[in-house]
Amino acid sequence: MTTTTTATRRRRRRVAAGGKGEGLFALALLLPAAVVVFGVVLYPVVRTFVVSLFDVNSPLPGAYPFVGLANYTRVFGDKGFYAVLGHTVYFTLLSTFLELALGIAVALLLNSPLRARWLWRSIVVLPWALPTIVNGALWRWIYNGQYGALNGLLDSLGISHTAHQWLGTPFLALNMVILADVWKNTSIVVFFILAGLQTIPDDVYEASKIDGAGAWGAFWRITMPLLAPSIAVVLVLRTIEAFKVFDIIYVMTGGGPASGTQTVAFYTYLQAFSNQLFGYGAALAYLIVLAVFALAMVYLRILRQGQMAGVE
Amino acid sequence: MDEASGTPREVLESRPTRRGFLAGSGALGLSAVLAACGVGGGAQQGGQGSGKGSIRALFMKQAGYSEANIRAMTASFQKANPGVKVTADFVAYEALHDKIVAAAPAGTYDVVLIDVIWPAEFGTKHIVGDVTSKWPASWKQQMLPGAVATPQYQGKLYGVPWILDTKYLFFNTAHLKKAKVDTSALDTWDGVLKAARSIKSAGLVKYPLIWSWQQAEALICDYAQLLGAFGGKFLDSSGKPAFNKGGGVQALDFMHQSVVDGLSAPTSTQSLEEDVRRVFSAGQASMALNWTYMYGLADDPKQSQVAGKVGVTQTPKGSAGQPGVNGSMALAVTGGSKNQSAAWKYISYLTSQPVQNKYAISSLPVWRSSYDDPAVIKTNPAVVPQAKKQLGDLILRPQVTNYNAVSQVLQAEIQNVLLNKKSSQKALDDAAAQASKLLSS
Repeated sequence: MTTTTTATRRRRRRVAAGGKGEGLFALALLLPAAVVVFGVVLYPVVRTFVVSLFDVNSPLPGAYPFVGLANYTRVFGDKGFYAVLGHTVYFTLLSTFLELALGIAVALLLNSPLRARWLWRSIVVLPWALPTIVNGALWRWIYNGQYGALNGLLDSLGISHTAHQWLGTPFLALNMVILADVWKNTSIVVFFILAGLQTIPDDVYEASKIDGAGAWGAFWRITMPLLAPSIAVVLVLRTIEAFKVFDIIYVMTGGGPASGTQTVAFYTYLQAFSNQLFGYGAALAYLIVLAVFALAMVYLRILRQGQMAGVE
Repeated sequence: MDEASGTPREVLESRPTRRGFLAGSGALGLSAVLAACGVGGGAQQGGQGSGKGSIRALFMKQAGYSEANIRAMTASFQKANPGVKVTADFVAYEALHDKIVAAAPAGTYDVVLIDVIWPAEFGTKHIVGDVTSKWPASWKQQMLPGAVATPQYQGKLYGVPWILDTKYLFFNTAHLKKAKVDTSALDTWDGVLKAARSIKSAGLVKYPLIWSWQQAEALICDYAQLLGAFGGKFLDSSGKPAFNKGGGVQALDFMHQSVVDGLSAPTSTQSLEEDVRRVFSAGQASMALNWTYMYGLADDPKQSQVAGKVGVTQTPKGSAGQPGVNGSMALAVTGGSKNQSAAWKYISYLTSQPVQNKYAISSLPVWRSSYDDPAVIKTNPAVVPQAKKQLGDLILRPQVTNYNAVSQVLQAEIQNVLLNKKSSQKALDDAAAQASKLLSS
C-alpha cells in the first residue's frame, strides 16, 4: 500500500514537471481566443457599465461627473423610453410570431416531395442573403405612396385604386416595417425547421397511419412535439434579434412618422451618437444587454435540455 | 509511451485548474475595469505638424460637390503640394455627424465637413478646432454673410464655409402654363397655394406640392424657411424657445392646411430631399422646395422626365419676408489632427475662389464677387441670379450645443400636427416645453 502510494506520488511529480510545459502550451493556445473574448465582449460590457455611471457628453476623454445610477433612474422616468419599449415589444412579438408561423408552413412545404425542391430551397434563402440595409431600401420604395410598387400592384389587380400611405401613420408604418422584416427573416426560420423536420424518421408517420391517424393528427401529435427543440431555439434567436432591431428602421422610416417606429436600439443610438449623451446611451445599451443576456440564458437552457434529451 | 509525459488522462488533469483560470480571468477583467475608468476613450492629442505628410478628410456623398469633383480638386491640390497626401472618405449626409463623433477619439480625420448646425456642438467639445486666428481679415468682407455665419459660434470660427446653399422654389413650367398660372404668382406663399389649386383643378397632378417632411432634419429646414417668411423665431433674445408664438405657429398651420386641402402630397411626411427630387422629376408634382443641386438633376433628360420644363425662383414671401434657410456647410480642422498645418493648407485650397468658381455648377461659391463673374453665371444661368438675391437673406436654425436633441423634439411635434394628432399651437407648446428643459440642461 505504502509502496504503491509512494510510486503514485513520484509519477505525479514527474507528470507535474512535464505538465507545467503542457499547461503553458495549453494557455498559449487559449490566449488568442481569451484576448478576443475579453477584447470584444467583456471589455466593452465593463466599459459601457462604467460609462453609464458618469455624465459623459462627449466622445473625448475628460473629467466627467460621477452620477452613480442616475442614468438608470432617468431611463425609468423617461416617457420616450416607455413609448419606444412598447414599439420594441410589439415588433418583437409580432415579427417573431409571423416568422415562426410562416417559417413552419414553408418548411413543411419544402419537406414534402416537390419537383425541383433544390430550386425552391434556393429561392427561399434569397431574402435572408440580402443585406438588411438593401432590404430596407427596397421596401421603402415598394411602400412609397406616390410611386411604390405595392400601390401599383393593388391598382393593376383592381383591388384598390387609392394611393395608400403605407408608411404614413405611426401604427401602420410599424406594421409595414414588421412585414418587411418578416419577408427577410422567415428564411432562417425555414431552414432551422427544415433541419428539424429531417431528423423525424418516416417510420413514426407510417406507424401513426397504421394506427389510423390523419394528416392533421400526425402534424399535432408527431411533427410539432418532435419539432419543439428546433422551434424553441429559433424562437429565442429571433426574439433576441428582433429586440435589437435597428438597421431596417434606420433605412425605412428614420424612426418616424411622429416617432412611431422608434425602437429601444434606435432610441439608444439617437441619445448616444446624435445627442452625444454617452452616459445615458450607455445606460440604455446596458439595459438592452441585460435583456438580451436573459434571453440568451433561456436559449442556453433550452439547448442544454435538448442535449440531455439526446443523451437519454 | 514515455512515462514522464504521463497518460493522456494525467495530461488532461494537469491543465490549468478552474481556480487558476478564474484568477487569470479576474485579472484580465480587473484590468479591463481599470482601463475603462478613463471615461471617454483614449484620445489623440492634436498638433500643428510639419505641414507635410498624410492627412485624411471626411466628406458627404450627396448634394453639393460630387465625389468626382472632390477627387479632382484633391488631385490638383496634391499636384500643387507634393509633400501632402490626402485620403478622402465619403459618407451619406445622414451618417456624417455620427461618423465625425465616433472617429473623434481616435483622431482618424484631419479635415471634416460640418453642417451649419454643428459648430456650437463640435466647437465647444473640441471635436473641431478654433481657426479664428487663421482667417485672413479680408475673408469676412469678401464672403457672403450667410457663409461667414456658417462655421461661427459665439464669435469664434470653427472652419471655413465651402458649400453655400439654401432652398429655392422649383416649378414645372409646363404645368403652370397649362393651368394658366403666371410665374409671378409664385412670389408669395399665398400665390403658391392659389397656383397649386389651379393646377389641381386642371387635373394636371393629384398633389401639386411635394415637401421633405420626413421625421429628419430636412423637415426643420422647410419649417425654418416658412417660419422666417411668417415672421417667427426659433429662440427669443434670451435664448428661450419662441417658435410656439406668432410666425412659428402660422408656418405650421400653413403646412398642415396644405395637406388638409389636398395640395401637398401626403407622402411628404415620409420624404427626404431625394424623394422630392424623384417625384418632381417624374412630373408627379408641380412645385417643391429643394437645394440648388436639384436643378441640374431635374433638368437632365437622362434622369428626369421634366427636363427643359424646370423653373427656379427665390423662396416665396410670407407676411414678414422671404428668408431662405441657411443650409451651408464648412470644412473644419479636427481637434485631434496631428497635422493641422497640412489640413489648413488643404481647406484653404478647396475653399479658394478659383477652385469654387471652377466647380460652381455643383455648388455655388461663398465669395461675393463670384456672382458677378460671367464664367460662374454661365455654369448655371437659371440658379445663379436667384442665388445672388437669396443668399443675402438667410435664416439660421438655433446655434445651441444640443441642437440635435432640440431638433428631434421639434420634428416629432411637427409630424404630430401633419398627421392630425395635435393642433399646431398645442404641438409647438409641447415642443417648447421639452426644448426649454434641453436648453437649460
